[in-house]
Amino acid sequence: MTYALEARGLRREFGHVRALDGADFDIDPGEVVALIGDNGAGKSTLVKALSGSLAIDSGELYSDGKRVTIDTPAAARALGIETVYQDLALAPHLDPVQNMYLGREVMRSGLLGRLGFMDHAEMKEKTQRAFADLGATVRDFSAPVGAMSGGQRQQIAVARAAAWASRVIFLDEPTAALGVVQTRNVLDLIRRVRDRGIAVVLISHSMPHVIEVADRIQVLRLGRRVATYDAKKTSMEELVGAMTGAINQEAA
Amino acid sequence: MTTATEPEQDAVADEEQPKTALQRLVGAQAFQILGVLLILIVLFSLAEPAAFLSVNNFRNVVVNVSILAIIGVGMTFIIITGGIDLSVGSVLVFSGVVAAKLMEALGGQGVGVSILGALAACASGTLWGLFNGVVIARLKVPPLIVTLGTLGMALGAAQILTGGIDLRGAPTVLTDTVGFGRLFGQIPYLSLIALLVVVIGAVILHRTRFGRYTYAVGSNDEAARRVGVKADRHLILVYTLAGFCAGLAGILNLAFFSSTTIAGQSNTALNVIAGVVIGGTSLFGGIGTIAGTVIGLFIPAVLQNGFVIMGVQSFWQQVVVGAFLIAAVYVDQVRRAAASRGASTRRSLLSRFSRPSGARRKEAQ
Repeated sequence: MTYALEARGLRREFGHVRALDGADFDIDPGEVVALIGDNGAGKSTLVKALSGSLAIDSGELYSDGKRVTIDTPAAARALGIETVYQDLALAPHLDPVQNMYLGREVMRSGLLGRLGFMDHAEMKEKTQRAFADLGATVRDFSAPVGAMSGGQRQQIAVARAAAWASRVIFLDEPTAALGVVQTRNVLDLIRRVRDRGIAVVLISHSMPHVIEVADRIQVLRLGRRVATYDAKKTSMEELVGAMTGAINQEAA
Repeated sequence: MTTATEPEQDAVADEEQPKTALQRLVGAQAFQILGVLLILIVLFSLAEPAAFLSVNNFRNVVVNVSILAIIGVGMTFIIITGGIDLSVGSVLVFSGVVAAKLMEALGGQGVGVSILGALAACASGTLWGLFNGVVIARLKVPPLIVTLGTLGMALGAAQILTGGIDLRGAPTVLTDTVGFGRLFGQIPYLSLIALLVVVIGAVILHRTRFGRYTYAVGSNDEAARRVGVKADRHLILVYTLAGFCAGLAGILNLAFFSSTTIAGQSNTALNVIAGVVIGGTSLFGGIGTIAGTVIGLFIPAVLQNGFVIMGVQSFWQQVVVGAFLIAAVYVDQVRRAAASRGASTRRSLLSRFSRPSGARRKEAQ
């Protein structure tokens, strides 16, 4: 079995604090894995380490079974790994198309392209197609995203990640600030991304959402993975037990 | 944020239909300010039809705006990134002094000498801009402070080079063409050069990747960095571009006045900034157009011209322009508040004035 992304024994210390204390992680292609844990369990640190935003002290990373180093966000992108941060990282004054292609603009062919002219029509068409494929409810492709609802912005951020990711997408608290309808849209979006064979890592505090959308749930505690559950067969009580330390599957 | 009202708002936003190009145009601050400009022109035309409504008078106004418009192109880029450049007036003077000194040393007359002088002015402006950009982007000193510093440095350096006395006299060929010459006896070359710079600036800002990154860096520089945009390098280039514009304005200023106008540029930067802001470019970054800047620069020029013709003390122009500036920034604030709470920008300006308190509260969260 080769995982889309696999981590073994990641360690990272901040001074005397062991943020990651031999943490393991793995995810199959086309799988949604939720990463849960109490505050300070190491979720954010693990995601940063896996997406190239943070260097690790020791440990091994594998992508499709091959040993890799992910020490910069660019290295992560090159491996087909995209991250949707909690603050979304969209430019509010730019429209969805401009945000979608920010940093990856499609240039006109020939001399015009070399002079820095962009192919607006191509970018707009591809963005509309990508959004339609994912069922995103964004209608106005020329309005600034800052004027859109929180749910629409989240959809744009997820759609952008899905458009560029070929292996893994990390979603950090994607439903934290959303209403009921908007949350539903984002969860649907996550399933459609998964159905394309992309692995989705979901970091969330919302147990009902986690149980609903994830295939597997990995529990972090004190910087290491303490349990992995099949989302179909677990319960809220079991997950809370693992998070608080009452249950420890992986202890020897 | 109250979760109870959230789904309702979202549902409204989701049903919103895309705006047409026309609705977008009418909603733009540059378009509204163009209406104000046209109203001013109509009022002055009604009051003084003979004197105000003449080709000669309009040409005067256009010439007065030309040099400021060139500086305004660079300033628009800078303000869209969320920055500011107070040094442009001093850089203009310094560049004029360098050009005048060089041309004097080379004999003082001739086409070749003029071209070298122009190149020297552009180069010195570019170097000041590069200096501003490097200090702001790499050393992280706030733009207000850096360019306040270079405002003093460039002016001081110009005074050191000249002993504080204006250099007079530019090559005749330069003053006769660029300074006072007209194409077909009608269109001033000075204004043609300005038009060229404005058009090139607008194309770069609105059509190229460089322009796109300018908006992106001003809108959310962290987002731009995360997707691989070299934000620091981009800022340096934007300030360098503005320096180049100020340098070009320096040689044109020298050609027009046949003087380095050392003491005459202390308000240039502020006048340009006022024009840029009146034209709808947001001081908070991410929003702005070159067309707006040009229109915004015409408003003070038309007011000045109209007041002089009507015999109103021209001091009133400063009062009115000041009020315009404050009103422009207020409208920008209301607009930003409306945009960030997810409201439609399609609503009329008036309806937004009647309910800004909710907008502010929402943005504060």
